Amino acid sequence: MTSPAAANSGAASSSPWHFFAYFTAHLHQDLSWLWDHVWLSALPVLAGLVIALPLGWLANRYHWLYPPLLSIAGLLYTIPSLALFVLVPPLFGLKALDPLQVPIALTVYSVALLVRVVADGLASVPDDVAQAATSMGFGPLQRLVKVELPIAVPVIAAGLRVATVANVSLVAIAGTIGLANLGQLFTTGFQLSTPTAYYPPIVLGIILCVALALTFDLTIVFGSRLLTPWRRAVASR
Amino acid sequence: MIRFESVTKTYPDGTVAVDNLSLIARSGEITVLVGPSGCGKTTSLRMINRMIEPSGGHIYIDDRDHSTVAPAQLRRGMGYVLQHAGLFPHRTIVDNVATVPLLLGRDRREARLKALELLERVGLPAAYAKRYPAQLSGGQQQRVGVARALAADPPIMLMDEPFSAVDPVVREQLQNEFLRLQGELGKTIVFVTHDIDEAIKLGDQVAVLRVGGVLAQLASPAELLSNPVDDFVAGFVGRDRGYRALGFENVTDLHVDPEPTVALGSSVSAAGAVARAGWVLVVDDHQSPQGWLAIDDDAVKAVTEIGPTLLHRGGTVASINGSFRAVLDAALSSPTGRGVIVDEAGRLAGTVTAADVVRLLDVHAPAPPATIRSPQ
Repeated sequence: MTSPAAANSGAASSSPWHFFAYFTAHLHQDLSWLWDHVWLSALPVLAGLVIALPLGWLANRYHWLYPPLLSIAGLLYTIPSLALFVLVPPLFGLKALDPLQVPIALTVYSVALLVRVVADGLASVPDDVAQAATSMGFGPLQRLVKVELPIAVPVIAAGLRVATVANVSLVAIAGTIGLANLGQLFTTGFQLSTPTAYYPPIVLGIILCVALALTFDLTIVFGSRLLTPWRRAVASR
Repeated sequence: MIRFESVTKTYPDGTVAVDNLSLIARSGEITVLVGPSGCGKTTSLRMINRMIEPSGGHIYIDDRDHSTVAPAQLRRGMGYVLQHAGLFPHRTIVDNVATVPLLLGRDRREARLKALELLERVGLPAAYAKRYPAQLSGGQQQRVGVARALAADPPIMLMDEPFSAVDPVVREQLQNEFLRLQGELGKTIVFVTHDIDEAIKLGDQVAVLRVGGVLAQLASPAELLSNPVDDFVAGFVGRDRGYRALGFENVTDLHVDPEPTVALGSSVSAAGAVARAGWVLVVDDHQSPQGWLAIDDDAVKAVTEIGPTLLHRGGTVASINGSFRAVLDAALSSPTGRGVIVDEAGRLAGTVTAADVVRLLDVHAPAPPATIRSPQ
């Protein structure tokens, strides 16, 4: 007769501290979910940035556009994520559980966050610097790419950190509607919690999500530092 | 040459910034636009490189209507210096200076070499090349701003209150170096300032604008001081204009009185033997005047040898070919009433009194204005 413990092989104990044993026992599955989680979190932020750049530029360039654009962005962000996940397929003509369903929804959130960030970042460029660029014969696009965006990097990077970390947690919610990512660990944990609580997958899910968020965060901080050596140059007088 | 022909700038809300402005900024000269805030001086400057488009009239650059040249191309041919330098904070000093040559597609190495050369030319040590703008003082940043504007060797320089954000001492340094540079480069410069003293010091010609963008007077600095066209210009040019006008006329055939001197380090008794009216002029080994010694001073009586700390140094020293203003000031500022005059090499030539200078001024009285304007 096999005990329930043996059926659960390496993840025998239900103690929260046995998450590592659970991880090693389901290594292949967990790493696959982790990888899905990585690209599901990162890709929408990058796509969102690409879309937010022109919108933020417009909001900064034409000041009358700033309030309505920011209001729309704020409204988008108030849509509950589960509802948005469900709404994306009919709105975009996809079938349910399409691999693009979650990235599209998360891109919407990223755009909502980043439009303000890009507009504020561009507004942080000192007026005389922008004028100097124009006076030297930079065209509008050259000025944006070579002068304004590099100077806006710190502000935009701060926004990217918020958007990316928010995405890591939103992706987990997408797990609950059956999409492959670390959110599945929580579903698994709930399913295994009858009749008694079974914590290891839940704890593992939390730890991997936090570790992933931290990794993204540090990557952005480090990247931002690499792009802005001038910010560390202080008056040496 | 830059020619404004009936140029007008009206904003959509009806504000007239520049009203029917016609003037010529001659090649190789500094034309200063000066006036109170709201006189349209900066607007006029920015219409030259199309950062602001005129609503009426034409601007010609060397007889070519500037509206036929694409804005970016037009701007790359004109250096522009802003009040707060406007350096790119994310680029090193050398890369800031190399900006326009790189925009023009020149070789990066060559552009940097040229930038280093320019930094030296505007008086910045090469060690600053790799720094970022935030590491420089305001005055140093402004030098970089000038170097950056000069980098592509444009024939035209537009300068928008470039020296007004730095302290007075640095401002004077920058002004003097700017004049020295212009002496070497001979650019066509349009220079905007609200400071009439700066306008008079730097301008070959000065355009005084009144609020609403109307040209009140266009004249050389000397003409502006001696013959302001109306009360507005007279008031704007300010007090002491008679005295300041003397700065534009150099003395000729100045007769100086011989002045007995003693050398620094000689004995006090030797000084007493040659002193005139209790004072003797002390010179160094090269006959360069050092200061006056009052032989009746208690401090002087207490020692036997003339040391540098005993000297009165309040008096200014004028060159024998200097302006009337410099020569008169030397006499007025001297504790003895005898103004110290030196030759081109800085050696003592002799002394003059204020009365001497005024007598000379009577002879040189400026010619009356060619036309006497009748009040309207």
